[in-house]
Amino acid sequence: MEYFKLVVAAIFVSNFILAQFLGLCPFIGVSKRTDSAIGMGVAVVFVMVLASFVTYIVYWKLLYMPFNIGVDAREYLNIVVFILVIAALVQFVEMVLQKSMPGLYRALGIYLPLITTNCAVLGVTQLNIGRFGSHSFLSGLLGSTLNGFASGIGFFMALLLMSAIRERLDEADIPLPFKGVPIAFIVACSMALAFLGFSGMV
Amino acid sequence: MFGFIYMPVEVSTAQYTVFGLVVMVALGAGLAAILYFASRVFKVDTDPRVEKILEVLPNANCGACGFGGCVAYAEALVTKGLAANLCAPGRAAVAAKIAAIMGATVEAKEPEVAVVHCGGDNKVAVHDADYYGIQTCVAANVAGLNSPKGCLFGCLGLGDCARACPFNAMVMGEDGLPLVIESACVACKKCVAACPRNIIEIHQKKSFVHVLCKSHDAGRDVLKVCKVGCIACKKCEKVCPADAIHVINNLAVIDYAKCTSCGKCVKECPQSIIVNLRQVREEVDKLYEPAAKEA
Repeated sequence: MEYFKLVVAAIFVSNFILAQFLGLCPFIGVSKRTDSAIGMGVAVVFVMVLASFVTYIVYWKLLYMPFNIGVDAREYLNIVVFILVIAALVQFVEMVLQKSMPGLYRALGIYLPLITTNCAVLGVTQLNIGRFGSHSFLSGLLGSTLNGFASGIGFFMALLLMSAIRERLDEADIPLPFKGVPIAFIVACSMALAFLGFSGMV
Repeated sequence: MFGFIYMPVEVSTAQYTVFGLVVMVALGAGLAAILYFASRVFKVDTDPRVEKILEVLPNANCGACGFGGCVAYAEALVTKGLAANLCAPGRAAVAAKIAAIMGATVEAKEPEVAVVHCGGDNKVAVHDADYYGIQTCVAANVAGLNSPKGCLFGCLGLGDCARACPFNAMVMGEDGLPLVIESACVACKKCVAACPRNIIEIHQKKSFVHVLCKSHDAGRDVLKVCKVGCIACKKCEKVCPADAIHVINNLAVIDYAKCTSCGKCVKECPQSIIVNLRQVREEVDKLYEPAAKEA
């Protein structure tokens, strides 16, 4: 039940884009067409799961225990280290995919390296630390990974909805000054307002 | 987040700095090493010819070859052994270079050009209604019967094709029909895709004679809406020495494989909808080519 709540919270209540306002660049930049939004969304889910899993281990096993010489590096080094680890991890995974799963590699395409340094990915790792930092290692690891997955799904959903709306907006009769990005911003605002209805649910 | 407030007092700022540096350098070096070995272990052997072909291709990613972009075409060339002459913007020069890389001789592709199969400009087509909607052909076409012209097959004249052209090879003429600037057109098919009424087709440049009508209406109905519509009289069919033109579903259609551009049907057509474009193209080129080059 706790994990179910976690998933619902990550997808709807604290949706990464519409409630926490993280990862807005791809939300506006890659939401023009549904197929590219799907590519980006899947890549985000993929990277978020991996990043959540690995950074949680790094946080406890690399920044804390082995170097426990009076210096606790978890707080002041975690952002830089996480960025470095995520970037390297994505590069590594990309190589592995290209070799062993060319189909998936081609499907994710350009979006996999693009999403590496997105603030949503770094954000989910930071939030994981904040939320599961006091759990035992294994339950924290499970929680982080699940949270990463659900957050990615939430991101995917918001991106997909937005792209579907924007494809229709292209054909709609919109006053000239609002065409393109301005109307997309207005739509994003209304979507965020609508998602406000989920707040307090979990 | 405020962990540093609870730092053990005996650790100085300098120690934190040094520790941070050491960790970052070690981590960076370690990850770099892992990535280096991973790139060796998981190396995917790409054909060196792909890169060479990519250098030769125009890299305009126009999609005229039928692939997603120049990279996709280069890969398909090497892996599937496709014809090297599919790149329309690159023309014969690129085809020859690709052929050289692939070690094959390839004939140059017959140059192609877009042809607008509608002659119903503002002077001859019946203006059926005023259209005040969104000024694109796609939108006007959705409006259906309320489109500006009476003819439901003809050009809407709102210039979707001209806007879609990445090479500035299409302009909207004064009479409301798009004009193709032959020297600038590379037959990328963007306009073909943009036209909601499918009146633009790609044909070989050496085919000069075209039927400039797409109306499948019966002759009587065609005459009501356009002075230059095909009335399916079949005169062209009878006069053609090469058996290259036939009236199919109320519309004269040229079989370009058989047509010799002899021009007999052009003279015979009572509606003058069969046109030899040789002169037209030259005139349009003269008029608009400087503009196309500047843009």
